[in-house]
Amino acid sequence: MAGSTEPTGTAPAIGQPLWLLAELTYQCPLHCVFCYNPTQHARINDEMSTAQWVDVMQQARKLGAAQLGFSGGEPLLRDDLEELVQEAHRLGYYTNLITSGVGLTPTRAQKLKDAGLDHVQLSFQDSTKELNDFLSHTKTFDLKQRVARLIKQHDWPMVMNCVLHRHNLPHVGKIIEMAVALEAEYLELANTQYYGWAWINRDHLMPTREELQEAEAVVNRFRAEQEGKTGPRTRVLFVVPDYFEERPKACMNGWGSVFLSIAPDGLAMPCHNARDLPGLQLPNVKDTSIAEIWQRSNAFNAFRGDSWMKAPCRTCDERHKDFGGCRCQAFLITGDATEADPVCSKSPHHEKVVQLVKQAPTRRSIPIVFRSDAESRLLHAEPNA
Amino acid sequence: MSTLPNQPKLSRRFRLQYEEAQSRWVLLYPEGMVQLNPSAAEILQRCDGVRTVEGIVAELEAAFNAQGIAPEVQALLEEGQRRGWID
Repeated sequence: MAGSTEPTGTAPAIGQPLWLLAELTYQCPLHCVFCYNPTQHARINDEMSTAQWVDVMQQARKLGAAQLGFSGGEPLLRDDLEELVQEAHRLGYYTNLITSGVGLTPTRAQKLKDAGLDHVQLSFQDSTKELNDFLSHTKTFDLKQRVARLIKQHDWPMVMNCVLHRHNLPHVGKIIEMAVALEAEYLELANTQYYGWAWINRDHLMPTREELQEAEAVVNRFRAEQEGKTGPRTRVLFVVPDYFEERPKACMNGWGSVFLSIAPDGLAMPCHNARDLPGLQLPNVKDTSIAEIWQRSNAFNAFRGDSWMKAPCRTCDERHKDFGGCRCQAFLITGDATEADPVCSKSPHHEKVVQLVKQAPTRRSIPIVFRSDAESRLLHAEPNA
Repeated sequence: MSTLPNQPKLSRRFRLQYEEAQSRWVLLYPEGMVQLNPSAAEILQRCDGVRTVEGIVAELEAAFNAQGIAPEVQALLEEGQRRGWID
């Protein structure tokens, strides 16, 4: 498949999997319309055991993994989370709980603190109860406020994450105010990345360039006000809306470069959206060692280095800066994972991205799809089932 | 100029740790890791809120049989303060 002709590129140097993402479960009490989990999540239910996760953490740590994110789905749905955090802490990981907040009771928070959890990333959908609860299809706004206070009571550094799209971009100022009031150390304003459920719902989520520019101006004003301030403050990260850019993101800092994601069923992926890429033959930690997976598996080597690249990436002087962008995005939009990320204006498929943005407002008669097991089964019905 | 505290202390928001696999010291923080060069690591290990800047300089000069490293220590601490590593 990838790079089968003219191996003129440099041989890929294999680094260390510094970042381990443990997606403990795809189950989630929320139903967010922009969730990046695979839309076939309901069919993936052979979750790994505690012992299997412990083994994964031990192997990855030996290979150099230092940052460990417990994610999902909602990782708090696993009742062995405290046990896993404790083992991760013992191994020397810097541990991060990536949560919706649902299930973070005072009792569990105390247990996680005792287990050595280092920080918490809490998702919010909006600064208003109405939109938060609508987009997640749950009544969770008040709960998240309580959880945020609980996180601060336990002296965890808090990252608040809010996915941005056309519905909440006009509220960015209020979202920042809320993060400051809740004493978040970091606010991640993550413009929607169109994968999974977000890809299905892209027409409903896609903002206009003007909406984005206004929001970014608000962010920049806030940053300017913070300049030179001492004492605790909230750092705002603005994840670029890449459909509106001329150059792609340096996705995963390069394929198989530093990032290792393990799905609930043990599938090992160089990117948490790689499950849908055709022909990858993703390895599974249930039957293959992490060292073997990281260093020798075809999937992790498929897009390492630059020998897999086609034109225009192959000869582009920016190819070691953005690594050709995102493989999943290339596949979703061009049908070929070895193409340049079409976000790039040099891509022959760039016009498709322009059209996706332009046509979105005309395509909103299609119903919005809330993430749920039922919708997942509908989208991925077995033929003749 | 110096707004540095006399007794610099590593922020509790950062964890200084030796990484065997990388053969170097790193600073870990939410969703990030700073890979430190050996001199930065030596300096930051001594930022305990008790030692003074002068004390750190003297200690390092003695330990590494070096002289005149005060500007380097100062620069690293200022950089650390700017990036929130130092309280």
